[in-house]
Amino acid sequence: MFLCDDSSIEFTPQAGIGAPVWRGHVPSGEELKTFAAAVHLAGGRLAAIWGSDERQRGGGPSAGLRAGFRLHCVFGLESGHAWVSLDLPADEPVYPDLSGIFPAANRMQRATRDMVGIATSGGDQRPWLRHGAWPADWYPLRHDAVHEAGMGVGFQNFPSNYDFVQVGGEGAHEIPVGPIHAGIIEPGHFRFSVVGERVLRLEQRLGYQHKGVEKLLIGADIGRGARLVGRVSGDSTCAYAWAYATAVEAACRTEVPPRALLLRTLMLERERVANHLGDLGALGNDAAFAFGLTQFMRLKEDWLRLNQQLFGHRFMMDRIVPGGVATDIEAPALSAIVEQCAAIGATVKQLRTLYDEHPGLQDRFATTGAIDAALARELSLTGMAARATGILLDGRAHRQGYTPPPPYAALGVRPVTDERGDVAARVAVRFGEIFESLRLLREIAVGMASGETCAEVTPVAGAGGLGVIEAWRGEVLVGVQFDADGRLARVHPHDPSWQIWPALEHAVMKDIVPDFPLINKSFNLSYSGVDL
Amino acid sequence: MIPLLRHIFRTGILTEPVPVAEDGPQREIDRLHDEILHILGRALTIREVDAGSCNGCELEIHALNNPYYNLEGRGIKFVASPRHADMLLVTGPVTKNMENALRIAYDCTPDPKLVVAVGDCGCSGGVFGESYASCGAVENVVGVDLRIPGCPPTPLALMQGILAAVRRRR
Repeated sequence: MFLCDDSSIEFTPQAGIGAPVWRGHVPSGEELKTFAAAVHLAGGRLAAIWGSDERQRGGGPSAGLRAGFRLHCVFGLESGHAWVSLDLPADEPVYPDLSGIFPAANRMQRATRDMVGIATSGGDQRPWLRHGAWPADWYPLRHDAVHEAGMGVGFQNFPSNYDFVQVGGEGAHEIPVGPIHAGIIEPGHFRFSVVGERVLRLEQRLGYQHKGVEKLLIGADIGRGARLVGRVSGDSTCAYAWAYATAVEAACRTEVPPRALLLRTLMLERERVANHLGDLGALGNDAAFAFGLTQFMRLKEDWLRLNQQLFGHRFMMDRIVPGGVATDIEAPALSAIVEQCAAIGATVKQLRTLYDEHPGLQDRFATTGAIDAALARELSLTGMAARATGILLDGRAHRQGYTPPPPYAALGVRPVTDERGDVAARVAVRFGEIFESLRLLREIAVGMASGETCAEVTPVAGAGGLGVIEAWRGEVLVGVQFDADGRLARVHPHDPSWQIWPALEHAVMKDIVPDFPLINKSFNLSYSGVDL
Repeated sequence: MIPLLRHIFRTGILTEPVPVAEDGPQREIDRLHDEILHILGRALTIREVDAGSCNGCELEIHALNNPYYNLEGRGIKFVASPRHADMLLVTGPVTKNMENALRIAYDCTPDPKLVVAVGDCGCSGGVFGESYASCGAVENVVGVDLRIPGCPPTPLALMQGILAAVRRRR
């Protein structure tokens, strides 16, 4: 395989046309740790961790193991993703802490413990998603976690205190912010330790958006699964729907018609442009440049109105479904897209000049909230946040040893990077990516394939798959496992924000409290996507 | 500075009646603005509380302040504290982890107050329903004056809902 040829792990490539995924199994926790270290050494990253209850399904492939739990780790490598699972005994589901190798593992491991009850043998043991709404010894994603009609309604809600790291010293004090923030934004808690206006430390506490998505997915059919996964993070609904569809299609060996793939790409790129437009406006606004907000919000509204007209929904929710797409568009719609791309492109070009030449704006953007490529690699960052430190990582683009999935392979995506790592870089990458997406949209609209838009999907009992999509924020992954009856046994949606949130803690450290909103906005991370 | 002013000038005022294709909704927007302010005779202040949404509703609530809908330009303003608010605009489903915070925000909003539940999830729990993690509809946690369904509701539906809530209180 592509890494550690001397390793005892046997990898098999996943079927289908999605981004390349190899699936393998490690016999022990120690070997998982060895593999993780090898991935780290090879410049790889941790992409996701989740757990599943396999006690009903019977033992895992490892000989001599009682039916128990399974830990899933996905690693990102140059050539694709390695999906590694480890079976754990029912009576002692414990595995080694990986956060020493990949710091990004910390919160994922704690969430896995809260949800499935499989824990690390050391490291941070503070709860993550569980704030006290359900008992500590009740694990929502276990099959026997039944309490009042199966969904656990009726537990007493005892919000718990959280053991924040305290910063001492003369003049040091704390500013607690949230969970309800001052703007129209999702809830989360930020604990700043400051001296005067200077931020010494930021610690995030999330989980406030936890609404039990993964529990609802257990036992759901494919259609309900799509509706739920499409609502993990509303601003990335197309990306999630596509990642889920790819996972289901890989498991069920479904062949997606070429026209459907191009329509999905149209929607994903339109989603990317819509979010980048909104963010560029908000970033101007956070630097007291209200002109920027007004201008970009007007462009975004035009953009969303065309979505409504073409796809019947402003955010294109539920339009990407397993098998293909749930909507088709006519030839005049394609020329409307081409026209709009030209008009919006011309205006964004003018706005970029205004942003670039505005001294007040550049003064706020430049050097603010900076992280470097070494930190980005250490924290396993993907997406825009990684590219804004100069890392050339875009699932849609060719790189050495990696061929992007269709139709991106043929489109020749040119990834946008910027080495500065600050707010200015994240602004610049957004501008660049808008222009590139507009180019892709025009190319797709002109070269649209004809034919079917949806294939039938027949669930395959016991099958599984992993879908990876380069969303506007970064890499969205969805892992899917079917049960013996062809219903969903376990679905894990993973947002790139898991990895990027800790980067925000680093990015604010050299700056002052009033710069926090700007730095936060420059990442614009999802709360709902990681709280699930 | 000159290119900037030129851009502003070229963009013009979009809140005015716009091309024929947009004429329908734009007229409706103007009518709603006028009616809300006629009823209130002053400004309306809104505190938005995301109590567990997927952030889809928040995107549309943001859109209310774009130049097409221009809610703030008409005296309807989103404020940072519930203590400054006449209305709570709440998206859901209300998670168990946000239940307490929502109650506190509600208690901090001065009487007489209006509570509007936004989105299918805020109205009924939506696809997420009630579970170990979710209280479901906003009305399961605090009193609700009006519901605006939709996944997510469009900016126009949001404006109509805000108006209906205000009208009901008259």
